[in-house]
Amino acid sequence: MPRPGFVHEVDRSTPPVLFWRGENFSLEKLPVGRSRVIYPPEPLPAIKDIDGAIRHALLNPHDQDPLPALLFPGMKLTIAFDDVSLPLPKMRRPDIRQRVIEAVLDLVAAAGVDDVHIIAALGLHRRMHEYELRHALGDRVYDAFHPRGMLYQHDAEDHDNLTIIGTTDHGEVLEINKRAADSDLVIYVNINSVSMDGGWKSITTGLASYRCLSHHHTGETLQNTKSLMGHREHSALHKSIWRLGKVLRDHGPKLFQIESTLNTDMFPEQFSFINKREWEWTAKDRATYLGVTKGLNMLPVKARRKMFHDIQSPHQMTSVQAGETSAVHEITLAKVFEQQLVPVEGQTDILTLGIPFVSPYNPDSVMNPVLVMCMGLGYLFNMYRNKPLVREGGVIIMTHPTYRDFNPVHHPSYIDFFEQVLTDTTDPVVMGQKWEKQYAEDEWYRHLYRTGNAYHGVHPFYAWYWGAHGQQHAGKVIIVGGDAPTVRRLGFTPASTMDDAFEIASDVVGRTPTISHLHVPSLLVADVQ
Amino acid sequence: MSRLVFSRKPARFAAARLAGTLMPGRGASVGPLSLEPDETLPLPSPEWLRLRPRLAGICGSDLATVDGTASAYFDPLVSYPFTPGHEVVADVVGTDRRVVVVPVLSCITRGISPVCHACEHGHIHLCERVAFGHIEPGLQTGFCESTGGGWSHEMLAHPSQLVDVPADLSDEAAVMVEPMACAVHAAQRYTGKETVIIGAGTLGLLTLAAITATRDRERTGPVVVTARYPDQKRLAKELGADVVCSTDELPRWVRSATGSLVFGDQLTCGAPHVIDCVGSSESLQQSLQVVAPGGEVQVVGMPGNVHLELTSLWHRETAIRGCYAYRRPDFDTALELVRRFDLGRLVSATYSLKDYTDAIGHAAHAGRRGAVKIAFDMRSN
Repeated sequence: MPRPGFVHEVDRSTPPVLFWRGENFSLEKLPVGRSRVIYPPEPLPAIKDIDGAIRHALLNPHDQDPLPALLFPGMKLTIAFDDVSLPLPKMRRPDIRQRVIEAVLDLVAAAGVDDVHIIAALGLHRRMHEYELRHALGDRVYDAFHPRGMLYQHDAEDHDNLTIIGTTDHGEVLEINKRAADSDLVIYVNINSVSMDGGWKSITTGLASYRCLSHHHTGETLQNTKSLMGHREHSALHKSIWRLGKVLRDHGPKLFQIESTLNTDMFPEQFSFINKREWEWTAKDRATYLGVTKGLNMLPVKARRKMFHDIQSPHQMTSVQAGETSAVHEITLAKVFEQQLVPVEGQTDILTLGIPFVSPYNPDSVMNPVLVMCMGLGYLFNMYRNKPLVREGGVIIMTHPTYRDFNPVHHPSYIDFFEQVLTDTTDPVVMGQKWEKQYAEDEWYRHLYRTGNAYHGVHPFYAWYWGAHGQQHAGKVIIVGGDAPTVRRLGFTPASTMDDAFEIASDVVGRTPTISHLHVPSLLVADVQ
Repeated sequence: MSRLVFSRKPARFAAARLAGTLMPGRGASVGPLSLEPDETLPLPSPEWLRLRPRLAGICGSDLATVDGTASAYFDPLVSYPFTPGHEVVADVVGTDRRVVVVPVLSCITRGISPVCHACEHGHIHLCERVAFGHIEPGLQTGFCESTGGGWSHEMLAHPSQLVDVPADLSDEAAVMVEPMACAVHAAQRYTGKETVIIGAGTLGLLTLAAITATRDRERTGPVVVTARYPDQKRLAKELGADVVCSTDELPRWVRSATGSLVFGDQLTCGAPHVIDCVGSSESLQQSLQVVAPGGEVQVVGMPGNVHLELTSLWHRETAIRGCYAYRRPDFDTALELVRRFDLGRLVSATYSLKDYTDAIGHAAHAGRRGAVKIAFDMRSN
């Protein structure tokens, strides 16, 4: 039986705590008597018969007819699936998406449906490489559909293949992929790693246009998204998306949502120490830690990066449900919280976060400085329900090398954003007004997004907006171990060591602040009372 | 009373070239430049005047000469031994005039009559009799045996070469007038569209200032300046650059500003006007990389022997155009701009003539040492 997550109060017997530092780790001693470490629950057991569970979900959907009843010869069917940003790290083959889509295609074939298109719902993310598509869908699906042009990637800039479904009562235009809009049925295959995803967000972002996304992907909206991972009613982003979802439901194609959840068994055996609580480390774990960290220090960063991105995670499915989007998503959320929720009492003055090598926007790529901000303030800071772990005006301390390094293929506009926009302003609202349009409409970025493997020109803005609430909430943000000029460019304060960071933080929170450390990995949502 | 003299000594010249290539500025200590007692030069004609230099700047062409890296092209345009120094503010002996020297030696100064076609139209920098006349060959004052140069306590000048310095202008400001006149001349080709200035040394900064002075009424595109050192970046911003970036960052900025696409390393669009104030193979090659099809690369920094891949020039019908010196009226504009932008502050350090190796070493590494203009100070003997 997996142990639930819990809050450990740091005392004199507490060993140093593990922090991510990009493509490496460190052990940090937290102050005794006023620090606490929030440990995630242990991984839930995976479903034993995954294929059986998928088939059961398709045949017994929630608030929806069984899938075979929705299929008929001559129909136009579109299957959309979550892109490479999920799951992290990538899972061992076979990927859940492959299993679900193969099960769907069995039923589709049995129903005599020929007109089937499979679309990677990547929104404004980068196009997936062939090896990534093969990994997500399996060779059989790829080889059957891709050569015939029936497996492709959504293009949010292909205006001939976008269509307007309708407009919300707030004036938000829902514009999505034309093929999906014109289909008799759209099946969406989702993976829910975090509670933010899934539900109406799947299609209204994954298959949407820039015009559609620009309604809610703004600095103002994200500043007013006070609960990205918790309660939807406190998230301006989700409220907008749910309004768009209503338009989709009322005026769009028939939908069949398939959502699945994963456990948090994220790292293979050679990294077993990552998932353990430090006082439970065996001599072998300590030796492994030492060997790994020393070895990593000797490797060039590119080699380290490759090593981490090559990891194939053993995490596995804990639930799968299908049917009507809202009904399915509520079950999904319950399952995500069952895996990730940890009750925590009250806020602290400081929140410490170890920033890993990967975020949803740099699979197989570089964790550039903008993504460090996004991962820290956009994702990890937001891993709470009710209220943030750190009090308003408190200090967030992150550990990451924050090198000034970018992948020019995946993140071309990020480089210009870092050099051009961040030298002008770090205010998400100001940059949105002053700079966003130029990047969104830049013909070169558009070309690279449409034909290469680049994130859309506007994407660094979205990554920055993601951290808008955290940026506004925190009195100071410190990065330990980061390249100092780069850290300053982000608007943060560099520190060499954790002790230095606490000293710097004392200007804001005094000499005896209370401290929370979010122990990642794995994923957890702090339910702060 | 002394002067610095550059003599024709092949062995020392070779030593300077070796030392200067290894470490810019080191040519001063091993080369043919030496400190010698002042010598009274004969007046080329009665109308010539004797000057007592107050300040004399060290410019890039001086450094190239001292380090032996200047092109052999100049050999017939120079007469040895000569006293360098063409950025000069000086007193006119026997008068209370304080003047800036226009160092270009044109037909009038050479006593050539009738004057050539270029000089007749005021284009003294394009003089067609540059190595002839009643004075020894010399591209400018500071490269001519007959006239002497500013790195001394006495030199000669033709009255047509003198520009009076207003009383309220400091010597430091006045010594910036000659390089500013070069910049004024360069800025006359400014189009108001996207413009790149490569290099933020003295010439780059002054060209930027000259462009800024006219830009308010002409500007439609940003001025992007490449700078290497923090002080250069700060000054470029102060003097009106819209964007200041490193050379590595330049293609990205130009691409973004001009909505360009990219093939290989080449932008498909680019800036219509690129002003190269460095003059190296690297800077010129980058100029060709970021200049727009049909655009112009203006070479303001003195180039030497460079190696260039010119296929893009052919394919994109771009032009490389030299930009040498100035016309006489450019000095009037320069005086005004030196005052307007308070450019005397760019004189970072002055040295006496006897400390010439230190002075030249400082000038050769001015950017790295947070300096812009280094000058010799002859005001106290």
